[in-house]
Amino acid sequence: MSYRTNIVYRYDGSFQGFLCCVFQCFAQKELPCAIEPWDASQETLFPVRTVETVLEEAERVARSIPKKMSPEAYELVRTVFLSCLEEKEQKLLRFLLMGYRLGPKAVKMTSEETVHVLHKAALHLANEAHLLLGFLRFSDFGGFLAAEISPKNNVLPKIAPHFCGRFSGENFLIWDKTHKLGFIHQKTGEYRFFEADKIELPEPDETELAYRELWREFYETIAIEGRKNPKLRRTHMPMRYWPEMTEFQQEPY
Amino acid sequence: MELLKKLEILTDAAKYDVACTSSGVDRAGEPGKLGSAVAAGICHSFSADGRCISLLKVLMSNACVYNCAYCVNRRENEGRRASFTPEELCSLTMNFYRRNYIEGLFLSSAVVKSPDHTCGLMLRALQKLREDEGFRGYIHVKAIPGADPVLVERLGLYADRMSVNIELPSQKSLGLLAPEKTKETILAPMGQICQGIQENASDLARYKKAPRFVPAGQSTQMIVGASPETDRQILLLTEGLYRRYRLKRVFFSAYMPVVNHRNLPAKDTPPPLLREHRLYQADWLLRFYGFQAKEILEEEQPDFNPLLDPKCNWAVNHMEHFPVEVNRAPYEMLLRVPGIGVKSAQRIVQARRYTALDQMALKRLGVVLKRARFFLTCKGKSLSPLQTDNPLVIAGAIGEGRVFQQGLSGGEQLSLFAPQKEDKVKCLTGQI
Ligand code: SF4
Repeated sequence: MSYRTNIVYRYDGSFQGFLCCVFQCFAQKELPCAIEPWDASQETLFPVRTVETVLEEAERVARSIPKKMSPEAYELVRTVFLSCLEEKEQKLLRFLLMGYRLGPKAVKMTSEETVHVLHKAALHLANEAHLLLGFLRFSDFGGFLAAEISPKNNVLPKIAPHFCGRFSGENFLIWDKTHKLGFIHQKTGEYRFFEADKIELPEPDETELAYRELWREFYETIAIEGRKNPKLRRTHMPMRYWPEMTEFQQEPY
Repeated sequence: MELLKKLEILTDAAKYDVACTSSGVDRAGEPGKLGSAVAAGICHSFSADGRCISLLKVLMSNACVYNCAYCVNRRENEGRRASFTPEELCSLTMNFYRRNYIEGLFLSSAVVKSPDHTCGLMLRALQKLREDEGFRGYIHVKAIPGADPVLVERLGLYADRMSVNIELPSQKSLGLLAPEKTKETILAPMGQICQGIQENASDLARYKKAPRFVPAGQSTQMIVGASPETDRQILLLTEGLYRRYRLKRVFFSAYMPVVNHRNLPAKDTPPPLLREHRLYQADWLLRFYGFQAKEILEEEQPDFNPLLDPKCNWAVNHMEHFPVEVNRAPYEMLLRVPGIGVKSAQRIVQARRYTALDQMALKRLGVVLKRARFFLTCKGKSLSPLQTDNPLVIAGAIGEGRVFQQGLSGGEQLSLFAPQKEDKVKCLTGQI
């Protein structure tokens, strides 16, 4: 394929929307030079094609990936779409074109640049998701737990199931500041994602303050003075996670 | 005494314990109950010394009736004493866990009154957590040497992992430094736990509902540098413990002088961090790379090379096995190449099925070419920029000269503790 290349695609930023871009690319026999979400779009000299999200088209593409390639390839595409890889739409498209040509082995060809960048991005996301399973901190507002995170990758869909399992008997909320995405779980078992630019949390009560203080005491005491190693600490726990972690917060008195 | 104060004292007394991983068992959450466990382990924070914090690591009490020379809690040492009540410990664990501060509890204790009394206190705490509160998070508990086997058995039914500290690498050192403990009182519970785990496995095969006994297995730790054993002796002992007692992990702790004693290194001796680091590297080779202790350290050279990690050291001394061809060498041999780890060896084996690998490809697969190139050929071509017939030249090229100097000036950069390394690698490869 690859007939016309001087065109820019714009879509609604959703995964389904992206799949429709893939669909268009086949239908129109063109290879766009950029694929951008509407809200992130910049001025361009190239002609623009606005791609509407048609669920039926998205479905068709979604079904074709595991069929023509493998379930693993589909999983990779979905994961990378959540990642913060630059120009991810373009890179995913390139991989998909390769995959339609080569079939199931495409995803395993990790020594190829096209495949390698995707695996790298997926790993970056998986690592960040894993870190946040531990670094995320809840505050208890009288029987309601709430946490804020600001990850680089859109990890909330990846980590939410872990917290649902672990805190099944709790009402809790996690809000991703970067992606303005929230997740709410009720002890009845209901849960949902929601979009919000801002959330308001109440003031912590005395019990909550007391446990924060106990945790900070534990954190300070557990370190061995003779073995201080700030560099190692930063390697394992990058500083960008610190502001949302209780052990690095000071209560205003 | 105020809870905050107790927590400070009993954390301070527990902090030298190195084994703080939450790994080895997968347990899904249960509707309405608090907690789950993840086999790969999860680090919740890292302390100022760079170690992973995963569990609430505290002592039940530090009021010890024993008098081990190397320990701050010894009877004759002056200092603040405190004990948690089982209730306090239980609510602390629950409240930390709900806020996602921790993965669970790591409970150890000094010997209060007697081993049985101590074990009883710990048992009450765990019972409250598991039975009254329905807690499903991770629990690691230390068995107290000399306690009644019945109590040890019951602790094991609540815990995910148990450990008994072997303390020192030989019976002689034990007699000298920990007079109230004997090899027998330490090995007896270790044997009991090992046997319990095996019997449990066969019970579980027969009845699915049999209660689980120590599902994440058993570990131990020993102090390095308080007594005169060689690295080879320590490594052989480690290998023996893995085999005989099927331990999941052996941890090493560089001795940090806390007291003056005629049988111990002087109080200003720096802890042997490089040695500890090398032991962990060698331990890694035993567990994941198919090495044997006697290969890693030979009789004529019973201590580690400060300039080369144990794998490089072995390779340089066995150049007759190299170079190996990346596109053909068996997996086991790839593992022996410096600069190729478990993950990159697996990736090589997978990727070479589809394309012949060249130098660029190796880089993408995560091979550290800086070291590996001296030991590899790619499509028949050597990657080495140097003649490989002189081991000393290769040793010079891949040695850790720079790191070693840092080691001499403070040793800070070397304190790579193993626990979080285990967790890190495992979450990437799903090992164990
Ligand atoms: S029994 Fe444990 S706490 Fe007591 S002195 Fe010996 S090492 Fe320290």
